[in-house]
Parts: sequence; C-alpha cells; structure tokens
Amino acid sequence: MNTPTLRAGPPALEITGVRKAYGSVQALNGLDFDIRQGEFFGLLGPNGAGKSTLISIISGLIRADEGHVRVLGHDTVTDWRAARRTLGVVPQELVFDPFFKVVDLLRIQAGYYGCGREVWPWIDEMLERLELGNKRTAMMRSLSGGMKRRVLIAQALVHKPPVVILDEPTAGVDVELRRTLWRFMRDLHAKGTTVVLTTHYLEEAQEMCERIAIVDKGRLRIVETTEGLLNRHPFRFLTLKLADGAAMPAHLAELVTSVKGDALELKLDRERHPIASVFAGLKAAGIEIADVSTREPDLEDIFVELTAKPAPGVVS
Amino acid sequence: MSPNQLGFYTLLKKEVMRFWSVLAQTVTAPVLTALLYLLVFAQALQGRVVTGYDGISYTQFLLPGLVMMTVLQNAFANTSSSLAQSKVNGNIVFLLMAPIGPVEMFLAYVGAALVRALLVALAMLAVAGPLVGLPIANPFALLAMFLLAGSALAVLGIIAGIVSTKFDHLAAFSNFIITPLSFLSGVFYSVHSLPPIWFTASHLNPFFYMIDGFRYGFFGHADVSIWLSLGWTAGFFVLMAVICLWMLFTGYKLRK
Repeated sequence: MNTPTLRAGPPALEITGVRKAYGSVQALNGLDFDIRQGEFFGLLGPNGAGKSTLISIISGLIRADEGHVRVLGHDTVTDWRAARRTLGVVPQELVFDPFFKVVDLLRIQAGYYGCGREVWPWIDEMLERLELGNKRTAMMRSLSGGMKRRVLIAQALVHKPPVVILDEPTAGVDVELRRTLWRFMRDLHAKGTTVVLTTHYLEEAQEMCERIAIVDKGRLRIVETTEGLLNRHPFRFLTLKLADGAAMPAHLAELVTSVKGDALELKLDRERHPIASVFAGLKAAGIEIADVSTREPDLEDIFVELTAKPAPGVVS
Repeated sequence: MSPNQLGFYTLLKKEVMRFWSVLAQTVTAPVLTALLYLLVFAQALQGRVVTGYDGISYTQFLLPGLVMMTVLQNAFANTSSSLAQSKVNGNIVFLLMAPIGPVEMFLAYVGAALVRALLVALAMLAVAGPLVGLPIANPFALLAMFLLAGSALAVLGIIAGIVSTKFDHLAAFSNFIITPLSFLSGVFYSVHSLPPIWFTASHLNPFFYMIDGFRYGFFGHADVSIWLSLGWTAGFFVLMAVICLWMLFTGYKLRK
C-alpha cells in the first residue's frame, strides 16, 4: 500500500447527493463522499453497481439528475472547463481514433486541453515509461490491444492532470503491462497526483489503495481506509483436511463455506468460534485432522460480505 | 493563444488532418466523379439543352452547379462522417471529456469542412475551368455563396452525425435528403425549363438557391435574384446553426 501524501485544500473529488436514473432503473441513488487530494482511492463494486455511471458524471459524459460533483473545488456543470482541465480519465472501453499515429494522437489530445509544445517532452517521457517508444509513429489501428491500452493511459495523462481516474485499466491485460502501469501510477501518486481506481482485481485495490469505497446498487455501502476495512472483518478462515475421509460433525458443518476436493474451508467468527473450539469438537467426535491451514480475510471476503447483503433501503 | 483558442485550433487541425490522411477518398474521388458528370452530361446534352443564359454554353452552365453540388456534398460528408465514426468507435469521449465548448466544436467542425470543400472546388475549377472558359462576374457573390452554403451543409452534417447512432442512419441522410435535394436543384438544367409544379417545388429547395447564387457569381445573372439566393441560403444556415448549437449545448445524443 502506498504512503499517504495527503495535501491541504479542497477535496480532489466532492460527490454530493448524486442521483441518476435510466427510465425506471436507479443507477445512482444519492451518493455522498469525498476523495482527498493526494489519495490513492479505490472505487469498488459489482457489475452494474453504478461505478462507470459515476465516473461518466464526474467526467461530464453523463448529466446527473440531482446532486453535484466538484473536482478540486470546480463544479463539473457550472465550472466545467476548470473541472475538466484538472481531470484525466482512462476509459474502460478500448476506444481509439484509427486515423492517427500514436504521437500525433497524444499531441492532439494535449491541444484539446490547451497544452502546446511545452508538454511534448512529457509525451516523450510517457511513451518511454509506458514502453511505447518504438511505437510512436505507428498508426493506432496497427497496435495490439495491450499497446492501445497504454496509449489510452497516456491520453488521460497528457495534460498532467492533478486528479486521475482509471476505470478498470488492467481488465484483460497481461502481467507486464500491469506492472508497468502500477509502477508509473505509483510514481505519479508519489508526486502528488490523486488517483482513483476502479477494478475487479481486488488484490490490486488492496495493494494500491489507501482508502476504498464500495458501491452497490447505486448506493455507497462503505468508505473506509483499506486497513480499517480489513480489520473490521470479524472472521478468519480455517482450512481442514480430515483423516480417512471423515464427515464434519453436524454442529461444525454449518461453518463450512467451501469445499475444494477433500479440503473444507470454515468461516469462523473470532469471538464465537475460536479455532481451538473447532479442534475440540473434532476431537470429541473422534475425527483426526490430516492437514490444517488458516487464512486472514482479504478484500475479496469483505467485498463479498458487503455486496451480498441487501443495501439499506433497497428492495432486492 | 489562450488555452480555449488552442483547444479550438487543435480540433480544427485534427479534423483537417483526418480528411487529409485519406485525401484520395475525400478530395480526389469526389472531384473525379464530378468531372465525369461534366464530361458525360456535356457530351450528351451540349447544344440540346436551353440554358436560358445568353452566350453561355451548356458546359459553362453546368460547371458552377457541379462545383457547388460537390461542395455541398463534401461539406456534409466531412462533418457527418467524422462525428458518426467517432461515436460508433467510441473515441468521441476524448473530445467530450476535454474542456472544449459547444461553440468551439461547432466552429472547428465547420471550419475543417470548409477547407475540404474549398480544396474540392478549387481542384474542379483548376482542371475544368480553363477547358470550359468560365468567366467570374462577381467574386464576392461567389465567396459569400461558398461560405454560407458550405457552412450550412457542414452544420447539417454535424446534426446528422449527432442524430445517427449507426452508419445506416447516416446513409439515410445522404441518400434520402442530400442526394435528392442536390439533383433536384437545377444543377443540370435551368428551372425555367421545368413544368410548373416542379418549377414551384424547386423554389422550395434551399439547394436550388445555393446553386443559383453560386452561378450568379460566375455569370452575373441567374434564375432568381442573388439577394433571394443569399437570403434563402443564410436563412437555411441560421436555422441549421440554431438546431445544431442547441444539440451541442444540451448534449443531445452526445451526453446522456
């Protein structure tokens, strides 16, 4: 996890009472939270939770029915030029303009933001950092999917925005690109850039993000530091292999959450089900243990726990 | 240059680069097609069609109309295809997320369409003008008609690009609006030679005034007054511009 580099001033992103409906479907149902300057922030949620709708509202692609979004204090509707200048968004879809060479596309994108030749050295640096140096004069349509993804990332950063949103940037990309991307984003974050990440790879979020919001069915389920989120989980996991294929006693069987081959995973409440009580129960039933291991909960467990429960006020 | 001006200039340059990168398709091909029309129609109809213009041959009569028709079609094609392609590809998000305002977008798209239309017109006139022996009676009228008519069709192209969600929709605009209005606008004949009902119908077609006014610039006279042509063309441009700017300001079919 990154070292916090929080800075004073208005929040990087202020999301206040944001609602959006598509017909009868309520995509966002009154979202309220802030992202502080200099944070590496994770925005998580299952498919259809409303993450992409929220990002589209922040970036001006979609208009909220109610509520406000401010980027570094600039309202995205009433002060949209300043808001957009401070924001860089890597879209989820692999979209590109087929008519241009990589370097021309990046210079054009910089120009849209009012940046001229002064950012050309930065463009060259990004091309090198994202390992696109030998593709600078290649036509966009000739690039592989991974290379196009790198260009998308460079496009979002071309005007050196202080706030960057990465919408599932590593979906379907190889390990090398992930490493390159995270190294690059860590460096930018260390220099003060606020980074907002959405991803379905929860281990990435756990490793990279200082604070995490979990959104489900258009509502904010929780916003918490990653560490706090992990600590608040009252469970731990115990994996057992029982000798001679013995069956789990009935009073312990209800704790089994998954079976993989002959390995049984039990979800134990730290207070109510100490590991010793499980061992004692097995011993009392005359069952021997062939193998044992324990696992602390990770973000995925917490994510499943939170998104499996119905959201407050939501009829499921 | 302010950041906003640089944003506008970049979008204008990008739109010019876009059609420039496929010049054979965007400039050479329409010029060639129009010159083939000139060759075939001039060969077939020279001396058989009464132009209603004293001392003007059919070929001379035909060329300005063909130039303007090609200008209109290419101004429309430039903006409509660029926007529709960006929407279908999805890369329009890079423009919509940028701090570029509706008026800058409007001017940049129209400006680039006019550059392409001018190239097409100049290429046609450079090749066919000397062969046909085309006079220029009123260059100001020529310029005014080119700018107003080219801009009007460029704006109509933006509207078509915004409204279209797939290439079929764009083809429908082109096949059912642009082509019929172009061909029924008096490019190939004088409207005075038409039966009364078609004569009246032609006077409700804004393309007729665009072509007639452009022809006035070359010959100094036309089927209707230059002021009427300028008025109709300017009115059509204003109407299109109001609709287009409303779409851009409200984000109609661009921002959900």
